[in-house]
Amino acid sequence: MIKQIVDSRKDKGYNFAFIDEQAKREIRRKTLKAVAIPGYQVPFGSRELPIARGWGTGGLQITLSLLGPDDVLKVIDQGCDGSVNAVNLRNLVVETTKIATTLDTEEATIIQTRHRIPEEKMTGGQILVLQVPYPEALRIVEPSEAKTRVMHAEMDYSKLWVYLYEDIVRWGGITIGARYPAMVNKRYIMDPSPIPRWDVPKLHMADTLYLFGAGREKRIYAIPPHTEVIPLEFEDHKFRVEDFSGLSCGRCGSTSSFLDEIFDDSSGQKTYLCSDTNYCDRRLTGLAQRKGNARNDR
Amino acid sequence: MGYVAVKGGVEAIENAEELLKYFRLKGGSKPIEVKQIQDQLRLAVDKVMGEGSLYAPYYAALALKQAEGDTIEASFILRAYRSTVPRNHYSLPVDTTEMHIIRRISAAFKDIPGGQVLGPTRDYTQRLLDFELAEEDEERAACFLAGFLEGLETGAPEGPVTFSKVIDLLREEGLVEEFQAKQQDKTGGREDSVMDITRETTTFPCPREGRLQAMARGEIGGMLAIAYSSMRGYGDIHPTLGELRVGYVPLKIPHPRGTGELYLGRVLVTEAEVIARFADEDGTPKFTVGYGLCFGHNELKAVSMAILDRTMSAVEPQMPAEDQEFVLSHIDGIESSGFAAHWKLPHYVTFQSDLDRLRSTQKRKGEKN
Repeated sequence: MIKQIVDSRKDKGYNFAFIDEQAKREIRRKTLKAVAIPGYQVPFGSRELPIARGWGTGGLQITLSLLGPDDVLKVIDQGCDGSVNAVNLRNLVVETTKIATTLDTEEATIIQTRHRIPEEKMTGGQILVLQVPYPEALRIVEPSEAKTRVMHAEMDYSKLWVYLYEDIVRWGGITIGARYPAMVNKRYIMDPSPIPRWDVPKLHMADTLYLFGAGREKRIYAIPPHTEVIPLEFEDHKFRVEDFSGLSCGRCGSTSSFLDEIFDDSSGQKTYLCSDTNYCDRRLTGLAQRKGNARNDR
Repeated sequence: MGYVAVKGGVEAIENAEELLKYFRLKGGSKPIEVKQIQDQLRLAVDKVMGEGSLYAPYYAALALKQAEGDTIEASFILRAYRSTVPRNHYSLPVDTTEMHIIRRISAAFKDIPGGQVLGPTRDYTQRLLDFELAEEDEERAACFLAGFLEGLETGAPEGPVTFSKVIDLLREEGLVEEFQAKQQDKTGGREDSVMDITRETTTFPCPREGRLQAMARGEIGGMLAIAYSSMRGYGDIHPTLGELRVGYVPLKIPHPRGTGELYLGRVLVTEAEVIARFADEDGTPKFTVGYGLCFGHNELKAVSMAILDRTMSAVEPQMPAEDQEFVLSHIDGIESSGFAAHWKLPHYVTFQSDLDRLRSTQKRKGEKN
């Protein structure tokens, strides 16, 4: 009998998009709730996947719950389609759905991403699913989940403001790099996932639906289109994105995209390349939108 | 970049898989049969079934083979497999006094009704490397088995095989706290239903059934460490091992067609009950109890679980082992290992962002000085 079961499993006889339909339905319901309360973290019964916890299982569960046979999926990690983890996640989706995938930001209906928002502006017909390690923006000031839930309910964000203030006193400026907290819809402070500060303004009044999934921490949250998302700042200490002034991509020459700093093996010199590889490719082939989401060339 | 990089990533992953297989087999020895792992690496299989949260000895053994003996990795494989299997039934509550015992001891009394049954244990064996085992072959194994079983009665025992529990005897005397009815569970229990941590998110305070479920699938290393912190003094509960049982319990479900029960088979479990410092919640001072039960033969886990069950019943948690959120959020091996491993993923975007912050801070400090 064991042999029969093993045989039936060998042909990968899994459900479309791996997760069973009941579970997908629950995830979609929780996602709808998240959309209805922008920035609020909705607990969900996170399922185990054949991908390790902490490797994108939250985003992946949202993506799998949304995919239909006609969707076109793009998966990126650090802005790159070719990153081994992006490849691994894409493979799982393709194996269990046979749907089309793309490297092209414009072509995709759903983009799953880790740590980046594409440079080119996404449209109202697209969904960006972000993988989230820490869904709780208040975790840096309060380790207990029970307490942070109360703080959100009471909109008691004083500890976080004090943290930012003390940062300025100690270091002369706010030292948070990625995962910069933002106020959503004037109600909830949220963790935008470890995207660079460069990408945070893209969340504000966007045409696209942003969904955030934390598999290990079992939370889903969302920013619906045209929602106000304001990074935390003081009047005299404004929010600032990463500074790449004077630098440009060594491949496509862009002076308006988020750059990776790379040590060249042979020359020992530092070079810079676009982190969004598809944006870089499209610029080289002249396809990139003139008015992209990327900041204007200086 | 671009497409070339994608192709490179695909190839790299495929090559890594091939290399794993090569490293497993390159010694040239005979491939291990899954059945051998199931029979002879019994305790590793039990650990994987517990942490993988699926009672399937053959699959657990297969996962161990696939993971080259890494129990956390094997548990992860089994857990992932588990999530694809539909849940058809909930079993009826198991009465562990019906356990078919292979081992049963109490540290609280010299003699107990039914007697102390040492069973298969290494507790009193000197841990000397057994060089004879290196010579073991099929012939010797068969010879041992024949000799061992000769003259033993292996048929069904006459009379009852169930023993009352040590704790129940003390409870009859009014020395041990009563079972807490669910509505009296001050730490978040619900009256009408049993929560299922595989279907709903754990929130805090977590009802006791949720705590026990989380621990039953917890990772032994993590549980042992936190329980040990309590034993050493970070919130000592002064435990005495009332009873430790290892054995098979019958599993039944309500009959799907009609009335009565349906017997499905039996599972091997380890059960531990610790008697801890007394309290006088209802006026009369009584010993408190901690309970542990896990799949397979895993005594350290059952004991750690029983201690943590008791530490987490603290009304005002002071120590890490008493804090439900602290304990339950950190004992799942699939979650902790997954997150610890994720640091191997590229983080160059976030690191770039951190570099930017450090450089600008250095610049500011430099200007000041």
